[in-house]
Amino acid sequence: MIPAPFTYQRATSVDEALDLAADGGEDAKFLAGGHSLLPLMKLRLAVPTVLVDIGRLGELSFVRDEDGHIAVGALTSHHDVVNSALLRRELPLLAHAASQVGDPQIRHRGTIGGSLAHADPAGDLPAVVLALDATLVARGPSGTREISAADFFTGLFETALEPGELLTEIRIPKPGTAGWSFQKFTKRAIDWAIVGAAVQGDQVALVHMGSTPLRAAAVERALADGAAPPEAAARAAEGTSPPDDINADGGYRAHLARVLVGRGLAESRSRSGQGHT
Amino acid sequence: MIVNGATVEAEVADRTLLVHFLRDVAGLTATNVGCDTTSCGACTVLLDGQSVKSCTVLAAQADGREVTTVEGLAAGDGQLHPVQRAFQAEHGLQCGFCTPGMVMATVSLLAENPRPTEEQVRTGLEGNLCRCTGYHNIVRAVLAAAGGAEGQESR
Amino acid sequence: MSILGTRVVRIEDPRLLTAGGTYVDDLRVPELQGAARVTFVRSPHAHALITGVDASTALAASGVVAVLTYQDINDIPPPPPPPEGGPPPGSEAAPLPMGGVWQEPLLAVDRVRFVGEPVAVVLTDDTYQGEDAAELVSVDYEPLPAVVDPADALAGQTLLFPDAGSNLPVTIGKPADGAAFDGCDVVVERDIVNQRVAPVPMEGRATAASWADGKLTVWVSSQNPAISRFVLAGAFGLDPDSIRVVVPDVGGGFGAKIAVDRDAIIVAWAARHTGRPVRWVETRSENLTGMTHGRAQWHTVKIGGNRDGRVLAYRLEVVQDTGAYPRMSGFLPTLTSLMAVGPYDIAHVETAARVVVTNTTPISAYRGAGRPEATAAIERAMDLFAAEIAMDPAEVRRRNMVPADNFPHQTPCGAHYDSGDYAGALDKVLAGADYAGLRAEQARRRERGDVVQLGIGVASYVEITAADADAGETARLVVGGDGTATVYTGSSSTGQGHDTAWSMLVQSELGIPMDKVTVLHGDTDAIPLGTGSHASRSLQLGGVAVHNAAVEVKDQARRLAADMMEASEADLELDADRGLWHVRGDPESGRTWADVAGHAGQEGLVAAVHFTEAQPTFPFGTHLAVTEVDTETGKVTLLRHVTVDDAGIVVNPVLTEGQRHGGIAQGAAQALLEEMVYDAHGNPLTGTLADYAAISATELPSFELLESETPTPINPLGVKGIGEAGTIGATPAVQNSVIDAVSHLGVRHVDMPTTPARVWAAISEARDSQ
Repeated sequence: MIPAPFTYQRATSVDEALDLAADGGEDAKFLAGGHSLLPLMKLRLAVPTVLVDIGRLGELSFVRDEDGHIAVGALTSHHDVVNSALLRRELPLLAHAASQVGDPQIRHRGTIGGSLAHADPAGDLPAVVLALDATLVARGPSGTREISAADFFTGLFETALEPGELLTEIRIPKPGTAGWSFQKFTKRAIDWAIVGAAVQGDQVALVHMGSTPLRAAAVERALADGAAPPEAAARAAEGTSPPDDINADGGYRAHLARVLVGRGLAESRSRSGQGHT
Repeated sequence: MIVNGATVEAEVADRTLLVHFLRDVAGLTATNVGCDTTSCGACTVLLDGQSVKSCTVLAAQADGREVTTVEGLAAGDGQLHPVQRAFQAEHGLQCGFCTPGMVMATVSLLAENPRPTEEQVRTGLEGNLCRCTGYHNIVRAVLAAAGGAEGQESR
Repeated sequence: MSILGTRVVRIEDPRLLTAGGTYVDDLRVPELQGAARVTFVRSPHAHALITGVDASTALAASGVVAVLTYQDINDIPPPPPPPEGGPPPGSEAAPLPMGGVWQEPLLAVDRVRFVGEPVAVVLTDDTYQGEDAAELVSVDYEPLPAVVDPADALAGQTLLFPDAGSNLPVTIGKPADGAAFDGCDVVVERDIVNQRVAPVPMEGRATAASWADGKLTVWVSSQNPAISRFVLAGAFGLDPDSIRVVVPDVGGGFGAKIAVDRDAIIVAWAARHTGRPVRWVETRSENLTGMTHGRAQWHTVKIGGNRDGRVLAYRLEVVQDTGAYPRMSGFLPTLTSLMAVGPYDIAHVETAARVVVTNTTPISAYRGAGRPEATAAIERAMDLFAAEIAMDPAEVRRRNMVPADNFPHQTPCGAHYDSGDYAGALDKVLAGADYAGLRAEQARRRERGDVVQLGIGVASYVEITAADADAGETARLVVGGDGTATVYTGSSSTGQGHDTAWSMLVQSELGIPMDKVTVLHGDTDAIPLGTGSHASRSLQLGGVAVHNAAVEVKDQARRLAADMMEASEADLELDADRGLWHVRGDPESGRTWADVAGHAGQEGLVAAVHFTEAQPTFPFGTHLAVTEVDTETGKVTLLRHVTVDDAGIVVNPVLTEGQRHGGIAQGAAQALLEEMVYDAHGNPLTGTLADYAAISATELPSFELLESETPTPINPLGVKGIGEAGTIGATPAVQNSVIDAVSHLGVRHVDMPTTPARVWAAISEARDSQ
């Protein structure tokens, strides 16, 4: 219920955040909205000794149209992503998926950067940025670099971020096809997805079908080869390793993936060409 | 921190949760702790006008900010806030433990969506658990507070 | 015009909505000034020997006042031996642990038997230090094989209580009658599970205690202040007069906060042992493994009858998993057996039950306590029978119900039903739900082969309330010289709204307006005797006690008023609308309650009542659930839930509806979502609210409640208990509707909870076998 003791430090700039994290060493963690990190700390599953609060770095909260892509600041709250007129117009998949994260209170605090850095394969946003071919921008002691979404999620709760490196921005290319769908299957509305499918045109990514979000590569190949959506969807579980847990075993997850991808493709196609959500 | 309009200042351990700061330092015990996984919403307060689960916010994160708890809702003359009035009128509470958080979640919900449908109310309260009411009258209370229990015939 | 039966909003609410309730963690009383916080050290193993406890590091930590284990318990008497000839009976009001070889210790001695069992307590200056220090207490365990499955418990390869020789503390009932089902055209037998669930009151368990000047004061989140005092007196070998129990606001109980449990007694002991006031407020994770669980019955149902729809024989066999300690002895399956036949007239009914211990959290009462299990079993059996003879399930029920002109009705299970109109409730619900229309819509979807199919589930029930009617309830009513009334009730609300209802009863009988009535409960210094609130008993016992006390006060007042007005009692009238005693025909001659009570002397008018009923009462009803099942994923959506819950005369429809809503939600939750799951080693897999699927607003519709009031002759108000009825009816209605949605695909049964995975597995299996 109560985190183990730690030292709290508040950064007033990105540079200061990086310095504080560097000083804190291996056991320092960035604190954004805190709704991935603090729950772990309260159960003492994570015990950082230094928290660097970046929550007031307003310069990292933005949604901008930048000529061919949309740039979303890492500290943009889920609530702001949901309500961004720009995102609703240009990236409705992202705006809608953000509305499915947690509950309203969580969405007021949680941030897109925090969710992505947490890299829960059952989370909604990692699969979405993977489906959208996003580029993640990180700043660290040795400067700024860009990491493709495909390279970003490296394992269960693991990302390509180096210690002391801060995610600052998510750049998402404007999609070529307007059709999209987000299929999230849960027992209760508040739950993590048992399985999910994020679809943008012919790009499909899966939630909770492995230790990271996964592109449904076999589905995409089939579509590219001219298969009709139902045939392509039948291949949704290929190349995945869905986990067993109290809600579902791997076989049921594989079945759900096929159903959800099928429904996602159908919904996406019914939306494309309409130019709005 | 400005809590219900009054400044509250204290030195606390870095790991102090906002809910404990409110209960133990500010002495406002209406806000309750109901779980340890950010699931139940009993601890919901407003932080700069937005509903948050105060068990998952460090007091330090709310430093210098404005916090509103249910104790701060009624008007200075004791007149109940419309949401409080609606909860009583519709019997939207029984044991009362989830109620402060439920009321604050409702205030925030209606601030963002003044005329919700029943479905939007239920989805809007997905982060607030109640064990006594079955939610039926809570939904009625929220719709009543929104200014019209449209079509709510069922009891 | 009596206020009874009218809609009255609650007087409890303004305080709860503005300042918030005062639960144990909110208490700021002088006696608890500087109270140490108690943090438990609990077993992480389901079954293990304890080979050592090292508190030295913990003792050195910041803010630690004490670390206590069983070795420090040198100041309370050992538990009494069990009575000659068998285990003590146990009861809902005082669920005493079984003694002897099944004895549950306070702090664990040399072994632990469930994950969460208390091993030590740490006292610190504040809560945060407590969590830190508890982690530093080092306990050495030697794990033993864990027994989780009741079948393994019965096999007895590993014994939880080696001296007992088995894992079977209680066996009740008779062996099956081999000939019982002869003469039945059709016999269906099935194993079904009534799964373990967690009560999850929003406020967990909490206890504070202070020992000062030879008196022990315990503040506890409980349903039974007076009984708690006696339990504590017994546990500590103290005179009850040296104990005061205070129950402040309680954030829900649902049966799991009856009296005081082991952990509360440990906390009270810690205060006495250290001389320092203490407070313990459990976390939700502690609550999910430390508070008792509910249900956990494994059933074999056998139902036989003829193709004309008449059921001739029914057998229910129960294996009750009671968890690590048989705290309720055979109480729960005894109630299950008592109510096994439900609202039906079945010639031959047999029940049998075995209680087994397993390395899991102990089981106790949870909303319905044995009756939801009975109803779920027979309502599944009725649907299985209906499917076998291809008859509409509502029609099968109607053909077997006890007729309305057949009351009082003695059942083959030993229950004496007071009043009922079972077919009336069924018909009302079918009409209110438009049953024919629903079946037509179902048929259309089946014809079209829709992915999303419709299910309609019916459940008819009768339930027993105030099962401990002979324990009764107390009420003391005082009308003072200022014209106000104070009620001291032995009932103990945990959210039910007794203050409002009892005030209404006083206003109705005496004409003293509700805003001049104060209801007090929960402090044994003020109310030393009473039973408390469980078993849906409060209105029919506590409320009637208030009513009877008001009648007594009225009689006293009549005598006094006659004296004051020099009139005869027969000529006096009480104008209940104005609260005025006057001579008949002369309304202006009136005396107020203040006048009369003032004339009674310093204490005013006082009446003290202990009201008992001759027998329990039996509410009844029918629930109808409409669900949609996505046949491609197994996902279930509850669309509608229509009910009749007839608990006799309704005193305040607002309160009754609230109880029905809450009951339906918990009942539906068991059918749809909730289950406490353990792995094969006894580790709980649903130990937080992120994993335990407590139902939220998004999974439920608004409910459709229909009205029905069939009075009982058992008490003067004609009231029965409504608190648990909604849960009892809802669970089987929802379960039946899910199965009904996919019955055309060959599915005959799906165990609860009907999660998507379970429903999908049932659909797949049915499809594969065709």
